[in-house]
Amino acid sequence: MSKTILIVGGGLSGTIVANGLCRQMGGELRTGALNITMLGTSETHMYQPGLLYVPFGRMREAELFRDQRKVLDKRVNFFVDPAKHIDVEKNQVTTEAGRTFKYDYLVLASGSRIMPQTIPGMKEGGHWFYDLDGARKLRTALNEFQGGKIVINVNAPHKCPVAPLEAAFMLQEFLKGKGLWDKTELTYTYPIGRLHALEPVAHWAKPEFERLGIKYETFFNTESVDPEAKVIKSMEGSELPYDLLITIPPHQGAQVIDDSGLGKGGWVPTNTKTLHREGSTNVFVVGDTTNIPISKAGSTAHFEADVTIDNLVSLIQEGSFAREYDGKVFCFVETGLGSGTYVWFNYTTPPNPGPPSQMIHWFKLAYNRLYWLSARGLL
Amino acid sequence: MAERQTIDARGAFCPGPLMELIAALKLASVGDEVDILSSDKGSATDIPAWCAKVGHQVVETGERDGYWSVVVRKAK
Repeated sequence: MSKTILIVGGGLSGTIVANGLCRQMGGELRTGALNITMLGTSETHMYQPGLLYVPFGRMREAELFRDQRKVLDKRVNFFVDPAKHIDVEKNQVTTEAGRTFKYDYLVLASGSRIMPQTIPGMKEGGHWFYDLDGARKLRTALNEFQGGKIVINVNAPHKCPVAPLEAAFMLQEFLKGKGLWDKTELTYTYPIGRLHALEPVAHWAKPEFERLGIKYETFFNTESVDPEAKVIKSMEGSELPYDLLITIPPHQGAQVIDDSGLGKGGWVPTNTKTLHREGSTNVFVVGDTTNIPISKAGSTAHFEADVTIDNLVSLIQEGSFAREYDGKVFCFVETGLGSGTYVWFNYTTPPNPGPPSQMIHWFKLAYNRLYWLSARGLL
Repeated sequence: MAERQTIDARGAFCPGPLMELIAALKLASVGDEVDILSSDKGSATDIPAWCAKVGHQVVETGERDGYWSVVVRKAK
């Protein structure tokens, strides 16, 4: 009897899972013993980490996008028809267009989104680079900037946890190159008591900030933004004036997760090793959608997708589970416009970033192109 | 009705126990409790220090079998 794997979400993790399954189960797809269906929200696939480069004129918008049907293996049934209700008891998903899809296995890869509207004044008073419209507006604001106070404001939770730090280093170099650094006061705020969640990264960043003249304030969780007075206030009681506010807004998961009762805030309770949705053995959760307390990053999504592919193939072909996710995360860290480092860790190995180099920066630039091979399941 | 959720952040290098707590409190209602489990001894002092700054209530802090538990009630 034919089996159906239904994937909700067409971002990085959903796409890797779909393509990886096709590569390993060509026989089953050919005979009709298996079909793979994806419910996406867009005809295009965006390389999200590229957004960081857009405000600085280092990537063109067109470089961020590919036609999702070309990224996906042709054997995947792809519908741009977002899931509206996910019923894990009945093993079915209904869509915004009113279709109902039954499944044997479900992969939840619905991702996360920025929610500036959850903080008073943030949407009106802030700039950001975590979506295309925001990155475009920030590019314009930076091109018009002639000096003054800039605040880079980080809020919890957020994906791509090194991006705010990268933005600070890149902005410093960008403004220095334009002859504006001497006319700028840049302040970086962070929710906890150091400059980055990863302790070694925070220890490295602090003297770098001091060397470059970047100010910082820790234990800063945004309470509100006053777009008229151009002041940002924290829950901890401090206030910072700004001429340009670059915020990393708090994130939430997809609305459909919340609406289907699968997890508050759109985060699905997930077994940290099997990646099963808690309470289901035929529902896997990958990427930002999980509530696992690790970084929401592209690499996390990629490594979780790889594990899920192996487990689905093994379950369908051999009736057994293949392997567990070890919590692996790998992040490049741009330390300016011409240098970079990287950090990796898993559930048991702490991070230990090496010294920045031009070579690692070049590798990151290369990866900005190689990404499309990752999405296709080739890298 | 107030709820209590447990976040097992033991061994979590990033984003870590305090960041997980901050994120959870944003989604919680006033009166809800979050029990955060951490393998980092620093959490037993960092989390209460942050709660005191922001005005949330620490219900209990305790060392378990090789890890720490801090229960925080959302106060506002």
